[in-house]
Amino acid sequence: MMLFPVTDPLSRPLAASGRSTLAALESVGRASALFAGSVRALRDIGIWGPLLFPQMARVGVASVPIALFIATFTGVVMSLQASYTLTGTIPHYFVGTMVGKTMILELGPVLTGLVLAGRVGANISAELGTMRVTEQVDALETLAYNPIAYLVVPRTLAGIFMFPFVVLLAIATGIASGWLTALQLLDMSSPEFIKGLRLFFEPWDVWFAVVKSVSFGAVVTGIGCFCGLQTEQGAEGVGRSATRTVVISSMMILCLDAFWAAVLL
Amino acid sequence: MSIQLAGLCKSFGTKEVLRGFTLTVHEGETAAIVGPSGCGKSVLLKHLVGLLRPDAGTVAVDGVVVPDLRRKDLVVLRRRIGYVFQFAALFDSMTIAANVGMGLRRLRGWDRGRIEERVEECLGLVDLEGLGGRYPAQLSGGQRKRAGLARAIAASPKYLLYDEPTTGLDPVTTSVIDRLILRMRDELGVTALVVTHDMTSAFRVADRITLLHDGRARFTGTPAEVRTAGDDVLRGFVEGNPALYYGIQGGQDDGA
Repeated sequence: MMLFPVTDPLSRPLAASGRSTLAALESVGRASALFAGSVRALRDIGIWGPLLFPQMARVGVASVPIALFIATFTGVVMSLQASYTLTGTIPHYFVGTMVGKTMILELGPVLTGLVLAGRVGANISAELGTMRVTEQVDALETLAYNPIAYLVVPRTLAGIFMFPFVVLLAIATGIASGWLTALQLLDMSSPEFIKGLRLFFEPWDVWFAVVKSVSFGAVVTGIGCFCGLQTEQGAEGVGRSATRTVVISSMMILCLDAFWAAVLL
Repeated sequence: MSIQLAGLCKSFGTKEVLRGFTLTVHEGETAAIVGPSGCGKSVLLKHLVGLLRPDAGTVAVDGVVVPDLRRKDLVVLRRRIGYVFQFAALFDSMTIAANVGMGLRRLRGWDRGRIEERVEECLGLVDLEGLGGRYPAQLSGGQRKRAGLARAIAASPKYLLYDEPTTGLDPVTTSVIDRLILRMRDELGVTALVVTHDMTSAFRVADRITLLHDGRARFTGTPAEVRTAGDDVLRGFVEGNPALYYGIQGGQDDGA
């Protein structure tokens, strides 16, 4: 709503930035309301309970192939690049150290998170967006269902529970592919690789990856639900919501990545 | 008195959609609200089930002021109201039977067998026997509307709200839907509010017709009174005469 139309050309950029700021603040307010509504909707276990396992299968199990595909090639590349970087300077078994550390601390969670932002986040956003513009969300309300309990809670919980599972599988796959690469292409032996892998290994590193992936799961599914439920204007709006979900989720994943590194390491 | 709308105002941004709309729908009555597309008819219906909150005015169902209800009480009220959406709003990932049984699953004391029985009964009422296993995409437009009606009546509501029930249907299917609306009134005894821009349909189903114009109730009367009314805007709308309808306003309506 434009209360004071701006006619002065010099003031227009200022007015535009003001409108953008207001829109951003409004979105933050709506997102906070959705979060509060989701916490309250946890009580409606009769609504979201039966939907949780199907959503866990959709969000988690169905994402495993693409996550493992990415992790496999990441492990291969990590192994080769570590060897290229370390040759002649540091003992070769450090290849195992680099593959293990980077897969557990960074590449496993972040790459998987980014991939799932596209696969899961866009999927949720498009699905809920379509339901919004075709009045299916309103229909849920008229049938005495809380749409947040029915749509948001099971998807978000599925993300929180399943992202760590997918990330741990991706980490294991990345390390395994890095190991096989070291054996086949770098003339390393298994004891050498494992020696490097164990050299700086801390069990806490795995917990760090789990904490990160839980937050990524919550953010990707939560943003997908939020953008989906805010959809307006038909098919074009659904497309916009899906794009917005992927962009915002990816940015949030990288911000959270830095945040957890600063707080937990 | 069952449904009461008094001085209802609603704006979206700078666009005023409703500007003091007032109407009372009596028990057992079928009332129709007519008006051109985009005049705020659906907005009006959504206030009755608490999907929208009014900026000003009163919305009451059975004496209960809808915007004042807490979520828990709103759920109880919604169980007494069946809502038939303009494009049916069927859940496209579910079968028709699952759609129809959706509201029943939230009710206490309804086991699977009882729900299945009721779903079959409702599908029978709208002449969709045997189609419960299909998905919405496998049905025609008219069948989808009927499935939406079956879903709305499944929990035996006291009120039925129809949002453009005949939009996009051919004349024969329109007549079928109109007969179903009358059948719901006669067999189930529901109080109904139909919003439509289809005057033929409004004349067929309504006990009283209200013209929503410029955000207000411009005229309310029986079908016979509507046919003989001297109001130029009403005549313009009923006869589909743009010169008469828009002439009063001195120009083309912006479609609010």
